[in-house]
Amino acid sequence: MTKAAIAPAGVALPAAEPILRAEPGPIRAFWTRLTARRTAMVGLVIVVALILMAVFADWIAPYDPIATDWGAIRTAPSWAHPFGTDEVGHDVLSRIVFGARASLGAGLTSVALAVALGLPFGLLAGYAGGVIDLLIMRLTDALLAIPFLILAIALAAFLGPSLTNAMVAIGLSATSTFVRLTRAQVQAVAAEEFVEAARAVGNPPWRIAIRHIVPNIVPAILVQATLTIAAAIIAEASLSFLGLGQQPPEPSWGSMLNVAKNFLEQAPWMAIWPGASIFLAVLAFNLLGDGLRDALDPRQRT
Amino acid sequence: MGQDREILLDVRDLAVAFDSEGGAVHAVNGVSYTLAEGETLGIVGESGSGKSVHVLAMLGLIPRPPGRITGGQVLFQGRDLLGLPERELRKIRGGQIGFVFQDPMSSLNPGMTVAAQIIEPLRIHLGLDGRAARARAKDLLDLVRIPNAGARLDQYPHEFSGGQRQRVMIAIGLSCRPKLLIADEATTALDVTVQAEIIALVQELKREIGMAIVWITHDLGVVAGIADTVQVMYAGRILERGPVDDIFRDPRSAYTLGLLRSLPDLSRGRAGRRRLHQIEGAPPDMRHPPPGDPFAARNIYATARCLTEAPPLAQAPGAAPGHLVAAWYDLPAHLAAEEAAR
Amino acid sequence: MKPEPADRYPLLSVRNLSKHYPLRSWWGGKGSVFRAVQDVSFDIRPGETLGLVGESGSGKSTIGRAVTMLNPPSAGTVAFEGTDLAKLSAGEMRRMRARIQMVFQDPYAALNPRMSIGDYVAEPFRLHRPGMARAERRDEVEGLLARVGLDPRFAQRYPHQFSGGQRQRICIARAIALKPSFIVADEPIAALDVSIQAQVVNLLQDLQDELGISYLFISHDLRMVRYLCQRVAVLWHGRVVELAEADALYEDPRHPYTRRLLSAVPVPNPVEERARLRAAALLPPADPDAIGGLVEVAPGHWVADTRYS
Repeated sequence: MTKAAIAPAGVALPAAEPILRAEPGPIRAFWTRLTARRTAMVGLVIVVALILMAVFADWIAPYDPIATDWGAIRTAPSWAHPFGTDEVGHDVLSRIVFGARASLGAGLTSVALAVALGLPFGLLAGYAGGVIDLLIMRLTDALLAIPFLILAIALAAFLGPSLTNAMVAIGLSATSTFVRLTRAQVQAVAAEEFVEAARAVGNPPWRIAIRHIVPNIVPAILVQATLTIAAAIIAEASLSFLGLGQQPPEPSWGSMLNVAKNFLEQAPWMAIWPGASIFLAVLAFNLLGDGLRDALDPRQRT
Repeated sequence: MGQDREILLDVRDLAVAFDSEGGAVHAVNGVSYTLAEGETLGIVGESGSGKSVHVLAMLGLIPRPPGRITGGQVLFQGRDLLGLPERELRKIRGGQIGFVFQDPMSSLNPGMTVAAQIIEPLRIHLGLDGRAARARAKDLLDLVRIPNAGARLDQYPHEFSGGQRQRVMIAIGLSCRPKLLIADEATTALDVTVQAEIIALVQELKREIGMAIVWITHDLGVVAGIADTVQVMYAGRILERGPVDDIFRDPRSAYTLGLLRSLPDLSRGRAGRRRLHQIEGAPPDMRHPPPGDPFAARNIYATARCLTEAPPLAQAPGAAPGHLVAAWYDLPAHLAAEEAAR
Repeated sequence: MKPEPADRYPLLSVRNLSKHYPLRSWWGGKGSVFRAVQDVSFDIRPGETLGLVGESGSGKSTIGRAVTMLNPPSAGTVAFEGTDLAKLSAGEMRRMRARIQMVFQDPYAALNPRMSIGDYVAEPFRLHRPGMARAERRDEVEGLLARVGLDPRFAQRYPHQFSGGQRQRICIARAIALKPSFIVADEPIAALDVSIQAQVVNLLQDLQDELGISYLFISHDLRMVRYLCQRVAVLWHGRVVELAEADALYEDPRHPYTRRLLSAVPVPNPVEERARLRAAALLPPADPDAIGGLVEVAPGHWVADTRYS
């Protein structure tokens, strides 16, 4: 009888009790799931490429983006100017490369602003409830009622049009989304039993919020942030297109489109490249966001 | 009992697996048994035993994918259910085979009146309509002892208590006079007093209608009161099966014994208390089902053979006829030795 | 109800505990109240286990949360080691939680999915012993995990890697970390498989023998309650209808509801099951307000005076 080999001895349960799955922790597992999704990886690669392009623009762009060349106005794509030139002789390729700074910068900065404002307020509203919740939600509703375009125009009118003001306008407009999302997530998580267990062990409210609630809402916020960056890029392009964002001669994909619309027949390349860039950037962030959502969602509760 | 009756259900070597990220989970591994007309079979097991899954698979109710039937046949009145197209299965489900699920809150459509939900199978399977269907629905509510049936027909599920909703589920299950009623943890979510009433009801219905019942539960007490035959499942296999009295009086599987011993004895006073017997360890990971007896790793009576070779379900030596066990070890001998040593 | 003549000072003394929820009328004004718990009184002595049994809607979970002040009572007093818990400030109550702990029903929901189990079990130390050195804390955590039968090396793992029974043991490890004198166990085994229930119950019993913890064991599993508890209180419609020593209650139930409850419990004995008559429909539903106060019908055996129409 080989009892000794298989029979668990007394209280030494570990011998008989297999740790069910020798799985990696949540972060490693999430990464595995994400990299398994091809579309998400495509998105991630493009996003990283665009970011690198924006950061190392000085080394990548062949020309100074604001250097004019009156001798080469509206020339079609050629070896000298792979993307062609615009109406004042700027090299379109260089402007695309440097324009990434405006677009991606606007996208990332405005969403960072929205999260920085929205998360704390949403946390407060969701966890504290009562009058505070009411107050914050009414303020958020008021903010939501202001169309971001009007906000941008107002800011432009008071402070002058600039990329920075555009980013602020976009950021403020997106804040209400994050307040609501955070609040909803906080309320959902706060109802979970482990939060009650945290209270039962003597956690003060601030510790519960930071240590127990926030780590569990990060996935949803991350997904929303990624998707909002895509929307912010379009918003910046729109504002620049209208002349409210990046001011010439600094390049921005949106302002490039603004100028290009007058030359659609003569120099279509002036519009094609910025348009394609916006499209690519937005697509990439959307794919990445979707992939994040899939990779993070079914993680809860195995 | 049951030997000379018609065999209603003949399960042969049924195997079901679910594809998941970590590999295929083999939920059911070679389950074979028969059910005679009018027989009540109690299937006992814990989570992961495959007790619910194999029945759902029989009726084509598991989602495929990720579920897969990897082998076996299920003959119901001679026809292999596994081979039938969905169209044919639908005719049987609710008609010849009635089903009662665990949670009456989610199994009943909150937006439909009770009458509409009872009439649905009547219309589908028996072609009843209008007044005839309604009359039959009222009869069914009377059958499951819901007072004031006529008035309550047009109420919605939320207007009934949990126990009453379960009765309605039973009424729906029985509506077309099925030959077989399957109840999957039908009383688990109910209060103990309500459970007692439902069990009493089912016993009465058995006498009145005489249908065969498969009652799936984890509660040995419920099975003791309801079943003619008991089947104990573990890790997708049947470890023991036999007439109810014999199983409780003379368990031959160490798992059955472990289950019985881990229940506190209600009749013993606190002076006579002994430590609850605990089965050490946990069920095996069904992504890698162990080659031999699945219970071997937790079985203090296991032999070396148990680890490598799966024991067949066979007549237990010296037990009542029809008492089958899947074990290489001799439990009565071990128990006798323990008794002698005391 | 008079305070029990205990030979030891009661650890927990609950008097006239009530929990009401106001029901809003459709016009927004204050309407009637829903009385989840009404006028409940009992004592728990040091090292004792009191069972609280009832069916759904009996208010047993509400009492569990009221006693730990997670959901404070509407009326009545909860005195722990002589201190009225309702009179404590939030900070004082938090510090008191070092001595009163809770084990919840659903081990799958009670663990933070994003916290390693080591951190989870260490949390009481972080909160109540802030001066503790990291190494010492780690040793304590490993000791606790081993005590409940888990390999201490698993401290870095996350909850989803453990089974239900193991998760419940993690919860128990955290509950005993600061050696509390009192633990409220709210249906701690209801979500577990039968063969695992025995493991957890044995663990709870061992810990009581070793550390002298008192338990308030809330459950609907009458068999387990008889096994584990010295005294049992039966709840019905938010009120205690019977309170007695376990043996006395199970062998000589006096209140009709208790009798009905006990007769409904299925026994794993086929012969007995077939033979018994169920006292199922003996009782016309009673108006909760017709349940009166407790009367001592035998030494230590209290029954509620109930009027039936």
